[in-house]
Amino acid sequence: MAMLADLINSTLVFSAALIFAALGGVFSERSGVFNIGLEGMMTAGAFTAAIGTYYVQEAGGSGASPWIGLLCGIGAGTLFALLHAYATVTVKADQTIVGVVINILALAVTLYLVKFMFEGAGDTPLLDETFSMAAIPGLADIPFIGQAFFNNYPTTYLAYVLVPLSAYLLFRTPFGLRLRAVGEHPGAADTVGINVTKYRYIGVLISGALAGLGGATIVLTTTSNFAHNTISGQGFIAIAALIFGRWNPYGVFGAAFFFGMAQAVRIFITQFEFAAHIPNEFLYMLPYVLTLLVLAGVVGSVRGPSAAGTPYDPSKR
Amino acid sequence: MEQSVPVVELAGITKRFPGIVANDDISLDLRKGEIHALLGENGAGKSTLMSILFGLYQPDEGEIRVNGKAVKIDGAGKAIELGIGMVHQHFKLVQPFTVAENIVLGVEPVRGLSIHLKQANEKVRELSARYGLKVDPLVKVQDISVGMQQRVEILKTLYRGAEILIFDEPTAVLTVQEIQELMQILRQLAGEGKSIILITHKLKEIMEVSDRVTIIRRGKVVGTVRTAETSESQLAEMMVGRRVSFDVNKEKREPGPVVLEVENLTVAGGERGTHAVDGVSLRIREGEILGLAGVDGNGQHELVEALAGLRPAIGGRIALNGADVTRLPTKARIEAGLASIPEDRQKHGLVLDFTLSENMVLGSTERRRFFGGGFLKDKEIDAYAKKLVADFDVRSAGVHSRARSLSGGNQQKAIIARELERHPKLIVAVQPTRGLDIGAIEFVHERLLQARSEGKAILLISYELDELYKLSDRIQVISGGRIMGEVDPELGEDDDKIGLMMAGQASNDQGGGAA
Repeated sequence: MAMLADLINSTLVFSAALIFAALGGVFSERSGVFNIGLEGMMTAGAFTAAIGTYYVQEAGGSGASPWIGLLCGIGAGTLFALLHAYATVTVKADQTIVGVVINILALAVTLYLVKFMFEGAGDTPLLDETFSMAAIPGLADIPFIGQAFFNNYPTTYLAYVLVPLSAYLLFRTPFGLRLRAVGEHPGAADTVGINVTKYRYIGVLISGALAGLGGATIVLTTTSNFAHNTISGQGFIAIAALIFGRWNPYGVFGAAFFFGMAQAVRIFITQFEFAAHIPNEFLYMLPYVLTLLVLAGVVGSVRGPSAAGTPYDPSKR
Repeated sequence: MEQSVPVVELAGITKRFPGIVANDDISLDLRKGEIHALLGENGAGKSTLMSILFGLYQPDEGEIRVNGKAVKIDGAGKAIELGIGMVHQHFKLVQPFTVAENIVLGVEPVRGLSIHLKQANEKVRELSARYGLKVDPLVKVQDISVGMQQRVEILKTLYRGAEILIFDEPTAVLTVQEIQELMQILRQLAGEGKSIILITHKLKEIMEVSDRVTIIRRGKVVGTVRTAETSESQLAEMMVGRRVSFDVNKEKREPGPVVLEVENLTVAGGERGTHAVDGVSLRIREGEILGLAGVDGNGQHELVEALAGLRPAIGGRIALNGADVTRLPTKARIEAGLASIPEDRQKHGLVLDFTLSENMVLGSTERRRFFGGGFLKDKEIDAYAKKLVADFDVRSAGVHSRARSLSGGNQQKAIIARELERHPKLIVAVQPTRGLDIGAIEFVHERLLQARSEGKAILLISYELDELYKLSDRIQVISGGRIMGEVDPELGEDDDKIGLMMAGQASNDQGGGAA
């Protein structure tokens, strides 16, 4: 039992970043814009969080530095999202291609900056201080559940809050109804006086902020620095979680938990003797193999927002 | 009432688009409580004018006055604020949302930060009871009928307090019964003091429900007349600009041997696991036009695609001239004598960026005549195209002009020329006059009847009952992928009977297999 609690615990560490990025995807796609660029926005967030935290620490700040890094990550993700929104909503470029460009651009720019700032190094220096696990008083004392769910990083708790908050925003408020209307039938929204462009910008910007938060979370909880392989496909896994979770925040939580577990198992399994006989590469492959399997099984049967992927053209109203 | 200020005045509205003047100095007034029909052919500028009134376009010249005050309507939001509501031809409804969510979208009642759904549902119920527009606020729009969706659209405008309602071709998608209900609703709304503009090109509806008619031709107002003082033929003449004959000469003719025999054809593709075409049997003989009536989306597309070999039959049999073609590819069917005039002429009928010449030999099976040594024989193709263009009066800037540059009527003529020139045995014509003006419609009808005289078998699928009555030797009705029954057009028009069958009730004397 204690082992299972530990597994859930470390699953939630890995899941948090996926939850953030996939939630971001929910906002973007619900507004009618595919965001293949989640990977790039996570990369930007991770890099900015790493150097933001690093420089605050260099300047003598310590305790608050990861939090400042986190905010930097959110900002960087949002900035890349602004580029995405401008290209896809204002200029009406192909959403898939823009997303791919964002991914390539983010990785290239961040790697260049790492080399530029740290004298040719391939990664940023290890941070002295990142987030640490904190038990939630009271809840953490519940047997099993406490260890599994309430003895974790602040970012994991943030995920607990953002999932229901997103669901509330999307399904209970006028904002959510309009955002979803814009993603399903922008012509319907437009003809009742809703500004399609504005809502799509908001959707994409939220997705960038959350993807940036996701990237920052990885740096500040697991890797402690930024390198070319810090994100390595997690943005795409987040897209898989988004689809597997059917564009619903709670579904996304479940899907991200599933993919997070695939990553946690890699570490968890090393405590067993038989693990020595399994080549490491197979364990590293696990999250990606699962992603493929899930998408192959699920994608054909679910339907996303009707207008996602199509720029809004008022003359074809 | 006559003396009061009109609720809407359009004064000297002009709107230019690159290359055309869509609205040329149009003036029109709408009085309180009246139903004012706006009549004109496709492309006459009706929809542009109403889009201007609803704030979707800005006029280049002219003034709009609402209740006597000059206003600038720079968006749908502003129009709604002024009490103008529009029921669009293609509904603006979010399918996965509930009826109530669609109605309150944009003006949601709130409690705290949340949408006050209870209040929304309550208000929708209230409104629907008050205007006799039966809808259930809690069901999703994707699960209700087209007629019901239209009521949701009407409620949307009423919920926003609209006093002026614009209906854009509201009957295009409705069954006969639903049209009757809509006419009733329009009268009731006018009775409540709402002012209504009804955009249509259907003369019958205008005569039935409107108080006045404004006729627009080529962007200009031809005149405004009181419905009580006019007639269908006068309206048609004003709309087209010349006398129009409503009659066609259909010679009596004994049909010959069976050309198309469809037995128990079943095609997949319906909603929620049903069959799009569900056990349909048809027979068409030489020199016979079989009309197929039905509301759009009841299996017509799938039936046509199965006949053409574009969609596999999962059951049943199709025979052309006695030969089983059920498993044959499209090309073999064309060689066996199938020609088709597709519903969407721009998507399926022509390659718009090809020249007229190239389009004329598209799908041609006469390989040796037009192709040789791996090359197209341009001279031969052009000569052939020129002959067709002359025979079928296709007006263009020459056979090397792109199909895109032709008007809709001429595009349709080009398709008909190409298909008929292949000397087919069977012609499948789907909505052959959709979107055409009256002159082109006459031409298409004549050519179809001529083909009938030449002994061709014709399957005519149309959503216009008048067209079916006029041309068909027999009319069958399709609903939910099944044939509901047959009507003999010789026995006079029987809208009620066809309407019931279109709504899914099998006719008594046929029995059908319908539930």
